[in-house]
Amino acid sequence: MNNKKSAKKHSLRNDIILITAVILAAVIGLIYLNFFRSPGDSVTVTVDGEVYGVYPLSRDICEDIYSGSNNENHNRFVIKDGKAFMETATCPDGICVGHKSIFRNGESIVCLPNRVVITVTLGEKTDSPDVII
Amino acid sequence: MKKKSKTVAFGGICVALALIFAYIEVLIPPLFTSLPGIKMGLPNIIIVFLLYRKGPVFAGIVSLVRILLVSMLFGNMMALMYSLAGGVLSLLVMIILRKLSFFSPVGVSVAGGVAHNIGQIIMAALLLETSELGYYLAVLAVTGTVAGVFIGLCGALLIKRIPDKLI
Ligand SMILES: [Zn+2]
Repeated sequence: MNNKKSAKKHSLRNDIILITAVILAAVIGLIYLNFFRSPGDSVTVTVDGEVYGVYPLSRDICEDIYSGSNNENHNRFVIKDGKAFMETATCPDGICVGHKSIFRNGESIVCLPNRVVITVTLGEKTDSPDVII
Repeated sequence: MKKKSKTVAFGGICVALALIFAYIEVLIPPLFTSLPGIKMGLPNIIIVFLLYRKGPVFAGIVSLVRILLVSMLFGNMMALMYSLAGGVLSLLVMIILRKLSFFSPVGVSVAGGVAHNIGQIIMAALLLETSELGYYLAVLAVTGTVAGVFIGLCGALLIKRIPDKLI
């Protein structure tokens, strides 16, 4: 009985170590992702893993992205004041619309249901129609 | 023969209960509407209980049947891929940790909850061909831990209280 009790205490201590370690790793990860990345200069949009377009962060735009087999899914993403965010989306969960705006290199907003990903990138050529002379 | 049919019947009851839990979970309004990946993982209470009282094979079968049925009833092919990735990884982690008897059911359930989210993130990274899911992973690790503690406490209570003659 005594042995069983001490084993129980032991595993309780291990539980707490595990929980603390996971939370700590997550917090360190979040701090890194939020504060220690340099700003990017453009936004790459992919749909279904395919590049849909690259847009410079320096110019304000509002772009409608249609996806799905019949173009039934819609995401509107906006670049404003050097930051990108998802303004509206037809996805059921709305995680992408609730996501804070992004501007650091590597930051991204993912719309899992519509399979749309917008990622801030650095040093990539932008292929917006406006710069074609 | 009698024992075998009793086992099958009990497995059926467990699957049914897990389905009800999955359904209740759909009904609960999300805590943070901006973070849909957050689920309590209520069906996992049953899986944790079964893992300790009926062994890994029984728990594994109930878990897989549950995932297949939930995806067929409420989801689609995509939902099935995500559920399977999360469910299988979670189950494997919990079976291994249970064997090592390093943690109490609460710790096992926390590890299972976090593994569940990691499995789904890996599947998302594969499907979307992006590795930029670190933010989601960090957030889901925290929520998976909180949910895991709750699930583990419920599971531990059942493991202790449900008499052997009932199962
Ligand atoms: Zn979305």
